[in-house]
Amino acid sequence: MTRLLTAQPALTNAEDVLAEDSKGRRKLLLQIAVVAAIVIVSLWMTGMLDRSRLTSGLPAIGILGTEMFPPDFGRWRDWVGPLVETLAMSIAGTALAVALSLPLGFLAARNTSPNKVIYQVSRVVLNTLRSIPELIMGIIFVAAVGFGMLPGVLALGLHSVGMVGKFFAEAIEHAHPAPIEATEASGATSMQVILHGVLPQVFPQFADVSMYRWEYNFRASTVMGMVGAGGIGTELVGSLRLLDYPQVSAVLLVILACVTVVDILSNMLRAKFR
Amino acid sequence: MDGSMSIMGRDILSVDDVEVVYPNGTRALNKTTCQFMDGEVTVLLGPSGAGKSTLLRTLNLLTQPSAGHIVTSAGQQLKSRRDIRFHRRDTAMIFQQHQLIGRLSTLRNVLMARLGRHSVWSSLAGFSRAEKHLALESLSRVGLFDKALTRCDSLSGGQQQRVGIARALTQEPKLILADEPIASLDPASSDRVMKILRDVCREDRIPVIVSLHQLDFAKAYADRIIGLCDGDIVFDGPPSALDNAALSRIYGAPADTTN
Repeated sequence: MTRLLTAQPALTNAEDVLAEDSKGRRKLLLQIAVVAAIVIVSLWMTGMLDRSRLTSGLPAIGILGTEMFPPDFGRWRDWVGPLVETLAMSIAGTALAVALSLPLGFLAARNTSPNKVIYQVSRVVLNTLRSIPELIMGIIFVAAVGFGMLPGVLALGLHSVGMVGKFFAEAIEHAHPAPIEATEASGATSMQVILHGVLPQVFPQFADVSMYRWEYNFRASTVMGMVGAGGIGTELVGSLRLLDYPQVSAVLLVILACVTVVDILSNMLRAKFR
Repeated sequence: MDGSMSIMGRDILSVDDVEVVYPNGTRALNKTTCQFMDGEVTVLLGPSGAGKSTLLRTLNLLTQPSAGHIVTSAGQQLKSRRDIRFHRRDTAMIFQQHQLIGRLSTLRNVLMARLGRHSVWSSLAGFSRAEKHLALESLSRVGLFDKALTRCDSLSGGQQQRVGIARALTQEPKLILADEPIASLDPASSDRVMKILRDVCREDRIPVIVSLHQLDFAKAYADRIIGLCDGDIVFDGPPSALDNAALSRIYGAPADTTN
């Protein structure tokens, strides 16, 4: 296939070419300046440039820090069960997200979507799921199905689809067209093209996103405890309500340790999926 | 032969007992010693896996020898990072897959050749007017002046390879290495690329070392051919000395001499 290259006025003089080139550089510098201005205005609006207010806040953080020390691991036996619950919630939620994202991703990718309407609708669905915070989803599902891990899994899973599905669609759009063409040339149906021409190409990216999301969901499921969705988050909120700061710091350290383990595990799995 | 004979014979780079064994255990190059001479187009000839790209890549130490040394004309062994960097600044490389940044303009890609002469800060600040003119001159030399502001990924394979050559020229090198520069080009583009390389060698007095697997191109453009087979040099001489016996040493089976 020959494609017409972008038409360009013939520049015959070296000076003309260089002038055109520096025009491009000046445009780039201007763009950088505009972004920098927006960033500075945002910092100023949010008080990040207010040095006196920032420095006056330091002592309060210091006091809280000393109250959290030393961490109190006395109730560690009571945390094993909730930790297993949190782990189960993050795995179930991520599995739900991946299962829903697979079809949605292909429908929301320009090169595999059956038509423009389905493509746009899928994009809107993904944007909607992404815009509803998981905490709000948690509250809705607690009201719908009652307390426990089930509302947590539903909230984590559905909210994750918004991001996982979008990333899947982007990976599909960046898939190399040449092998896809070869699959089509063999007389494959469009479903076969997706299964045998696209999926093998994008599988490593899919695995990457899923594993990252699993790690994210583990962290997010601790927050879900605040709305009564079970897990280690319930313990965290309980200690906070009692103003038992040494216990709060102990739970936070346990969560940090678990997140580290989940991160190492997901990195190992990702390396396997290359 | 022409006037360039007068500067031939001075050696510019020596390979001294160099061996290359890759981390996976593959022996790519057995103990090899050879000298490269000024003013020549030297072709490293051999089938795939013969070790010609490995030998070529050790010459600017993109591939580190497992044993032995690369020695400059001044008799210095290339070891320290600093010496290797200065050696690379004077040694331009042309790659089989062009190695250009597709979303940048041809001019910006060619200007990358000047990085070795800038610090980090001055390379961010921009290139001098003289350097830009040099880049444009190099581009017109390979017939691509009118593509200076075009994105590289919209050029054909042959054009991209010529951008690679323009980049090499803009480096103002003392030696040009070309790793299978025509392996993925059609015959007409291949001829054009090889002709530019030979002209650069003749007119600018820059020696060129090219790895090739096509016998006919080697015969047409080389002053000297080094034949490799299974990691050993099995022939070294002018194209006229390349007889059937030599060909079967390089290619194993009785070679097709019709081309």
